[in-house]
Amino acid sequence: MNAPQKILSSFNAEKARADFEILSRQVYGKPLAYLDSGASAQKPRIVLDTMRDFAQSEYANVHRGVHFLSAAATDRYEAARRTVQKFLNAAREDEIVFTKGGTEAINLVSYSYLAPRIQPGDEIVLTVMEHHSNIVPWHFLRERQGAVLRWVDVRDDGSLDIEALDAAITSKTKLVAITHMSNVLGTITPLKEIVARAHAKGVPVLADGCQGAVHEVVDVQGLEIDFYAITGHKLYGPTGIGALYAKRAHLKGMRPFNGGGEMIREVAKDRISYADPPARFEAGTPPIIESVGLATALDYLSAFDRKAVAAHEHDLLTYAREQVRQFNWLKVIGDAPGKGAILSFEAEGMHAHDLATILDREGVAVRAGHHCAQPLMERFGVSSTSRASFALYNTRADVDALIAGLHKARGILV
Amino acid sequence: MDNALRELYQEVILDHSRHPRHHGVLEDASHKAEGYNPLCGDRVMVYLKLDEDGRVADIKFEGKGCAISQASASMMTELLKGRSRAEAEKLMSGFLHLVKGEKASDLSEDDRETLDVMSGISEFPMRVKCATLAWHTYKNAVEEGKNAVDERNNAVEEGAS
Repeated sequence: MNAPQKILSSFNAEKARADFEILSRQVYGKPLAYLDSGASAQKPRIVLDTMRDFAQSEYANVHRGVHFLSAAATDRYEAARRTVQKFLNAAREDEIVFTKGGTEAINLVSYSYLAPRIQPGDEIVLTVMEHHSNIVPWHFLRERQGAVLRWVDVRDDGSLDIEALDAAITSKTKLVAITHMSNVLGTITPLKEIVARAHAKGVPVLADGCQGAVHEVVDVQGLEIDFYAITGHKLYGPTGIGALYAKRAHLKGMRPFNGGGEMIREVAKDRISYADPPARFEAGTPPIIESVGLATALDYLSAFDRKAVAAHEHDLLTYAREQVRQFNWLKVIGDAPGKGAILSFEAEGMHAHDLATILDREGVAVRAGHHCAQPLMERFGVSSTSRASFALYNTRADVDALIAGLHKARGILV
Repeated sequence: MDNALRELYQEVILDHSRHPRHHGVLEDASHKAEGYNPLCGDRVMVYLKLDEDGRVADIKFEGKGCAISQASASMMTELLKGRSRAEAEKLMSGFLHLVKGEKASDLSEDDRETLDVMSGISEFPMRVKCATLAWHTYKNAVEEGKNAVDERNNAVEEGAS
């Protein structure tokens, strides 16, 4: 506990906490300990204010009108794209496609990139710790086109065995689809090495960055990754917006996913041609106000020393982990070295939902259930777990409330 | 402890969840159904032996889940055993009203007294589904569960031949 102290000095969680009004509210007369940011993060005041200000002063539809407001809104929307580009360190702004979330970003790759390339028997490599959003789109290709899903197991501590992953990539593999950070285990995957191994065999890689981009600094050029999906609402931004990063070469060859306004070059009665990326993949009126909110959230997050934020979150994880280690009635699921700030566990004699209900009455918000990761639940032989996930605004007081709540629940249920 | 929690996790409920009644497989079931709560991944299997006029001659359940779902299933088996189809339907309707905090006028005084321990759930709308899972599964077993048993028996017979 010596090293983090110095780093912590450059990030003040108490100060950041004041930016999130909702955190000062009470639930059932108790202070709120919000430990469910892995499901959705709270939004700082500046995000909410900026969205309202934009809607009140500069809003109109984008890319359509020639009028003043439409031009202003288009500028903001395209500026938001550049903010995402910078956040992920993409080489070009047109490598960023706005989507309605991480799920749509992955579905876009499934429908527009992979589906046309799949022959029966072709393989998609994924791990047992994927979120359903990085499983179901590939199941579609299994059901509809005869693709084969090759599952890579994790070790008992939740870490990824890179050799097992490597061995699963064969001449039949068309894509490796893997999480950057598990939403249950907290495991952070070595994306750079995964990409290197896959590329050595000519296989592209998609990373589900919905958790990873929140806690790690992402450099898609450094990773040389082909596809990287993010969602706004876990990044302290609004719901209804996410983004797909894809290499320009891939996007150029991809057919459209949704059809509608905005994504065409020319429509005639008997022929059609499509706009260049990213517009080709942004049919219809996009989430305009949300794009402004997302950009503000990314600016907010990037203004902090990200390494210090990660160290702060990790300090909370360690603080919680050390205490629950003493409980012989509690089993932590996911203890991979260098994991992100997520604590999943099973408590003897206490079903996750009963536990979550009792914690809730203590003001402690945790997630209970299968976390949209049923193959992982099966891997660890559980039907559900409880999960505390830590964000930049959490403090040790939140962990203390969790620990006190655990004792209380045990008093009631066991 | 706050009163709502005390109401929810009272001793009767915890006793049912720790020591569920009629738990296990009913080998000579005439009807069965599986219930699944996609929200939490909990499963329950309800086995029924209905006599000719639809009376519940025997009932068992299997499954793993939270204290509320297990206690509710256990209490349900105790209450349903020996009931006619019409009585069971009234009981279920009354129970569904009770856990939603509505007036349970369908319930007899005795049943209301027995089920009163479950009424605390109405303060926890997110958990009502836990309490109703077994009951909905019972209903499925009665309405569609005969085929489930027949199919299995046929499969076993075909496999044997």
